[in-house]
Amino acid sequence: MAKLELKYGNHACAEAAIIAGCRFYAGYPITPSSEVAEKMAELLPKVGGAFIQMEDEIASMGCAIGGAFAGKKSMTATSGPGFSLKQENIGYAVMSEAPVVIVNVQRGGPSTGLPTQVGQQDIMQTQWGTHGDKLIPAFCPASVEEVMEETIRAFNWAEVLRTPVVLLMDEVIGHMKESVDMDKFKNPEIWNRKKPKVPPEEYLAYKPEEDDVPALADFGDGYRYHVTGLMHDYTGFPTTNPVMCQELVERLIRKVKRRAKELEKNEEFMLDDAEFAIVAFGSTARSAKLAVKLAREKGIKVGLFRPITLWPSPEETLYRLAGKVKAILVPELNMGQYVLEVERCTKGQCPIFRMNRANGQMIYPFEILEKIEEIASGKIVIPVSKA
Amino acid sequence: MLQPIDISLEKALEKKPYFKYLRIDKMPHIWCPGCGNGQVLKAICIALDKLGIDNNDVSMVSGIGCSSRTPGYFDGYTLHTTHGRALAFATGVKLARPELTVIVTTGDGDCTAIGGNHFIHACRRNIDITVLLFNNWIYGMTGGQVSPTTPSGSYATTTPYGNYEPNFSIADLAIGAGATFVARGTAYHVTELVNLVEAGIKHKGFSLIEVLTPCTIQYGRKNKMGIVDMYMWLKENTIPLKAWEKLPEEKRQGKLPRGILHHVDNREEYTEKYYSVVEKVMGGNK
Ligand SMILES: Cc1ncc(C[n+]2csc(CCOP(=O)(O)OP(=O)(O)O)c2C)c(N)n1
Ligand code: SF4
Repeated sequence: MAKLELKYGNHACAEAAIIAGCRFYAGYPITPSSEVAEKMAELLPKVGGAFIQMEDEIASMGCAIGGAFAGKKSMTATSGPGFSLKQENIGYAVMSEAPVVIVNVQRGGPSTGLPTQVGQQDIMQTQWGTHGDKLIPAFCPASVEEVMEETIRAFNWAEVLRTPVVLLMDEVIGHMKESVDMDKFKNPEIWNRKKPKVPPEEYLAYKPEEDDVPALADFGDGYRYHVTGLMHDYTGFPTTNPVMCQELVERLIRKVKRRAKELEKNEEFMLDDAEFAIVAFGSTARSAKLAVKLAREKGIKVGLFRPITLWPSPEETLYRLAGKVKAILVPELNMGQYVLEVERCTKGQCPIFRMNRANGQMIYPFEILEKIEEIASGKIVIPVSKA
Repeated sequence: MLQPIDISLEKALEKKPYFKYLRIDKMPHIWCPGCGNGQVLKAICIALDKLGIDNNDVSMVSGIGCSSRTPGYFDGYTLHTTHGRALAFATGVKLARPELTVIVTTGDGDCTAIGGNHFIHACRRNIDITVLLFNNWIYGMTGGQVSPTTPSGSYATTTPYGNYEPNFSIADLAIGAGATFVARGTAYHVTELVNLVEAGIKHKGFSLIEVLTPCTIQYGRKNKMGIVDMYMWLKENTIPLKAWEKLPEEKRQGKLPRGILHHVDNREEYTEKYYSVVEKVMGGNK
């Protein structure tokens, strides 16, 4: 029999982090993410790990990276304005190849916006917030049980790819209680960073192996090396050699991109015979799922495509989907962010309709249903995004 | 033409054992002629050698700036981070690996302007990190802009009519924020500086060593001071603490004391305190 436990989303995230092997947390409180920190403060000392509440988010991000280089699986959690503050050091984590998990429980913005209400307005910030070219994996759960799965998956990929990974939640998912089958998390698959197989004299901290990822030695283990946010060569020392610089940026992107198929994770609901598709994620996908059921009762053949890995985008899957349906609707709690990605990936194969809200309120199932009915009946001819 | 002198590393190490802390293959360094930064690095290396601390036990962390390039020449676990954030990263390293000796090298702009918040909180926590703050009164790396320590009336590229802002006394700031070891040295008094670094590393808790070090190019050029003028200024205007204490107030004007200015050794160190909590929570079975 399944072992069901009622859990709060943000607490589930912290519990899963411990299961994934997280032993270092540095953060700064911000609604609606603070309960992640509070739970980590309780759990980490019980397993010998380190918790620290830093003076701000910039410090938290830097501190988490320091912990990662000193050998610990490391995490920080935040929301909107805090995520903005972390951006420079997130870029540092990309460049220095620090494995670290950043949890962002989204709220409404810009600025302090709506602290206690839901938003999905950091979709683009997650990918483009820090300057420079990069590809940062981002996972987006839609239930408490999935928060646990995705937290563990975020740690696994951060370690294996030596890169920051963002767990992109939203206020509704972070603040709701749901039952979780704990048996699923008894012996989960855990991946760890590659350690060097050569003696310290031969170790090159930034020389990629076949998978484009360099082995990572922990500070204190006798492998002395240099880490910088500047462009660097295989030794980790700064370089302005144009060939090395180009190669480095290309590799940092490629190491994620080449695993895109393995990283990709979606839920498809009633899509097999669908004439229309809804593309939605996080809490919005829950409304969309009910809307699909209600529409089916009315005889409208609609299905849901829910990306769980938001970045890298499921480009081919979305392209194929657009080839099969008459139209796609993208409801999201922002003024139109992910819809841009859907448009890019589907390359004009079918009309894309959008549904946007940024006032802290959910998009309700009946509203999505109404929109689907309009689209199915041909009432809206011009996709909103083009109007 | 000048010929490179061919001395084997073994020979050099025999005469100067502290060379073992240097990444000789990364020389020559990027610092300008006369810049004091090399003297500070040398003092750190000699101090570590005197204390008998192995390279494998030291992590050096910095932010961004000329002084923050120091870790690149130091043979340990070195982390050259983002501007102003060295102490945040160093806190992570120390908390995750308390057995490491963690040294931060930072500039006056790096540490007290952009990094001011991290600085006061590291002082407050009393975490066992030794900070070498290279105070050259200016932003060297970006071309000589005004810093929170630029003396009033001095020139910088962003104060073409002379600096009109009041400046920090770094030592007072650190003491006020709760640092348990605060010292001041200069790049002119290197032997003395070695002793200060040694004492700072030995101190279990947060140590700040402010080092007055000339930026011969940016500060010197803007303020019409040559390399020799700048070192002579340090020689003539800084006074050992004992002598300073005996000076009447009017003779102290424009001068600064050198030495250990503040030392408290009865406050618990941060990582020890944290891990004692961990042990208690785990019921002693860590
Ligand atoms: C976020 C950010 N802002 C500004 C800079 C540009 N910058 C690089 S070094 C520096 C000042 C360095 O001055 P200081 O810390 O006094 O060190 P010095 O070069 O004098 O040793 C600045 C402003 C930067 N790298 N990052
Ligand atoms: S600019 Fe100033 S601080 Fe920087 S290396 Fe030159 S002399 Fe030193």
